[in-house]
Amino acid sequence: MQQSQGRFATNLRSFVGWLDDRFPATETWEYHLSKYYAPRNHNFWYLMGWLATFILVLQLVTGIWLTMSYVPSGEGAFASVEYIMRDVEFGWLLRYLHSTGASAFFVIVYLHMFRGLMYGSYRKPRELLWLIGMAIYLALMAEGFFGYLLPWGNMSYWGAQVIVSLVGAIPFVGPDLMEWLRGDYLMSDITLNRFFALHVVALPLILVGLVFVHFIALHHVGSTAPDGVDIKKFKDAAGKPLDGVPFWPYTVTHDVHATVVFLFLFCAVVFFAPEMGGYFLEKPNFEMADPLKTPEHIAPVWYYTPFYAMLRAATFPLFGVPAKFWGLVVMVGAIVIPAFLPWLDKSPVAPMRFKGAISKAMLAIFVVSFFILGYLGMVPPSPLATVLAQICTVLYFAYFVLMPWYTRAEKTRPVPERVA
Amino acid sequence: MAHRLVLVLAALFATATGNLPNPAAAAASGWPMEAMEPDLRDLPSLQRGLRLYTNYCLGCHSLRFQRYERTADDLGIPHDVALETVIFTGQKIGEPMTTSMDTDQARDWFGGPAPDLTMVTRVRSPEWLYNYLKAFYVDESRPFGVNNKVFENVGMPHVMLDLQGVQRDMCAPEAEDCFELAVDAGTGLYSSGEYDRAVFDLVNFLHYVGEPMRLERQRLGVYVLLFLAFLGVFTWLLNREFWKDVH
Amino acid sequence: MSTDTFDEPAAGGQGAPEANRKRRNFLVGATATIGGVGAIGAAVPFVRSWLPSARARAAGAPVTLDISKLRPGEILGPIPAWRGKPVFVVKRDEAAVERLKAENDSLADENSENLEMQPDYARNPWRSKRPDIGVYLGLCTHLGCSPKYHGVIRPEPFDPNWQGGFFCPCHGSRFDLAGRVVKAVPAPDNLEVPPYRFVSDTVIVIGEDEETA
Repeated sequence: MQQSQGRFATNLRSFVGWLDDRFPATETWEYHLSKYYAPRNHNFWYLMGWLATFILVLQLVTGIWLTMSYVPSGEGAFASVEYIMRDVEFGWLLRYLHSTGASAFFVIVYLHMFRGLMYGSYRKPRELLWLIGMAIYLALMAEGFFGYLLPWGNMSYWGAQVIVSLVGAIPFVGPDLMEWLRGDYLMSDITLNRFFALHVVALPLILVGLVFVHFIALHHVGSTAPDGVDIKKFKDAAGKPLDGVPFWPYTVTHDVHATVVFLFLFCAVVFFAPEMGGYFLEKPNFEMADPLKTPEHIAPVWYYTPFYAMLRAATFPLFGVPAKFWGLVVMVGAIVIPAFLPWLDKSPVAPMRFKGAISKAMLAIFVVSFFILGYLGMVPPSPLATVLAQICTVLYFAYFVLMPWYTRAEKTRPVPERVA
Repeated sequence: MAHRLVLVLAALFATATGNLPNPAAAAASGWPMEAMEPDLRDLPSLQRGLRLYTNYCLGCHSLRFQRYERTADDLGIPHDVALETVIFTGQKIGEPMTTSMDTDQARDWFGGPAPDLTMVTRVRSPEWLYNYLKAFYVDESRPFGVNNKVFENVGMPHVMLDLQGVQRDMCAPEAEDCFELAVDAGTGLYSSGEYDRAVFDLVNFLHYVGEPMRLERQRLGVYVLLFLAFLGVFTWLLNREFWKDVH
Repeated sequence: MSTDTFDEPAAGGQGAPEANRKRRNFLVGATATIGGVGAIGAAVPFVRSWLPSARARAAGAPVTLDISKLRPGEILGPIPAWRGKPVFVVKRDEAAVERLKAENDSLADENSENLEMQPDYARNPWRSKRPDIGVYLGLCTHLGCSPKYHGVIRPEPFDPNWQGGFFCPCHGSRFDLAGRVVKAVPAPDNLEVPPYRFVSDTVIVIGEDEETA
């Protein structure tokens, strides 16, 4: 027994040695996992990155399986989704996992991004990490948008119609660009086919690539800590960060438990409320796409509604350019502006807890406006809603645009050297 | 920390399901909707609903994503009984419940093919459908002589007129906030209670057809959640055990 | 654990006291085991979704055939009858039935010893319910090509002494008129007999028999 174990270990060592001569196995393992240190005071917010990765895998796997039975054509798409729901064994589960996964992805990604705002995760030396993250967010929005057309329900159809029509607001080239995107004079199964290709091949490739680069960049610069401590500063004689914990077992046990808790909540939705009252699966989408009949009220899925509300908030022409174009500018601006955070934040400290009262108030106002905008994007437009959306849009942008001033003006508290 | 995670996510989901306006539920006409809670465990009700559907609806409205076989199996109807009492079209039991109506005829008679109703309760709601089927009333200005309080100017005749009887709008033409319909005595085969029951059965059946795996989904969900809770105890203990080193 | 570093993590258990190590090993093992069970459970829907769907099963439902116009020596098929697979219905004359009855050393499984290949009612020299009507699956038991019917007794390129039967052009397997495979050809087994029953003398249902109906 003892002997055989010894021989096994020897064999394993020699195999690993053989492997290491040809592939950086041990080196990669140590660099990214066993000797990768995270601050030992990581909290709830630092679980989101892992959970987002987990959902990405879930979406890829369920997506591949759905593709096996889905038919990307105007004639067949809607029926094939119902075929999956009814005729394919456990097809309903695969479909609900995927549709709920889309919403869960955005919940987690928004929490992940909020963590960045709270702890200054975008600041030097993590500017590039943040930009890669923003690229992931954009790719994810595109992925969600293209995927939403695929069930070929009436909301899919008209939602995509509205968003594609946005492009028409671009001066001069807009209308031609719109036709080029659709490949037709209206949304048709030509459009569906290319959206399908983008959703199941192009964007997943881009997403996986970006997430990989995101990891590499993260492991190069290391995680932030909630209190802004740089764990690389103080190391023991062996070179281990004094305030860090290695990935195994500490990060792993955290992440594993978080995954189970997440799955519990996720499955509660999948099995008991997959439509989520019409927010995850919208009612008009149980009706096949009908180019002659618009649903009474078109609203995008909840994760786009803050930006949709800002789009609608632009109601007046400016500099002789119609409001429609400014709506597009505001919307795109709102999505892109967080990318500039690394250069907008002039505060001497990174974590929100050591910044001054103005920063905290601005962040709170920002979050509240984001929620209000999200709500307004779901309800039918009204004069009051429009005014409210305009105010919230200004507040949303104020958080970013005024940041260089208020972060410099306010009093901050010093960041500690070590984790308390 | 785990508790905070649960709290935050629970709060998030609660807001999402809770009090926000439902994008497409309310009746447009302001008609006071009666509550209707389907009961998918009531097999006799579902069977009566299926019978009503095949007798009154399937002639025009297909259920093209639902197969006879599955319906029979789920509703506890033996295949030979189903072949005799449900399938009038000579179809096989494995085939979907389609209608034999010609699309051109449908266009001539009703101005368009009657919509497929497989997922009507998911597009509207069981409650909407229940109230709709009870809200037909005499209106000679309409092509079919009837109008509907829930779905104004609907292009469909009152198919179950023989069961319900002739229903009239009891309100004065310009009356505000008046919502009253009454059936002419002796014109229907069913009493008002029996008709309500029949409509309930029909809607209950359509609710089943809208998502035939609903009960199965919930049954499986209980096991999945129990398992995850059990696994969660161990991952929590594991996490606590190792983090003793740190804290 | 405040300021000084802690030792190499107690995962493998080097630094930790004995009781701790045991507890940790137990928890790691238990969690991994339960999680593994969960992973297997989670794989079930993905695996089962590859089974024939309700649509495939409906398309493969039993098929009713009218054989009243079938004359001796003729064949009906291949028709997609059993689970959508090609089926032959062959009608044999008296002489052909007599030939099938005769002992024949050149057959690999003359007496239908392989019970997988036919229902019990087809374990006879003509491998069918009625000697004159044969029902066989038109898929070669070698690699699934569809054999061709050569009903006439005459020298064929593949067999100068041909007595009528089926010939698979893919790899040259030969079967007699009862679908019995000839020795020394690639196909290992006789042609499969699907379940079937006679509704009347001239109407046959393929895909179910008295037992499965």
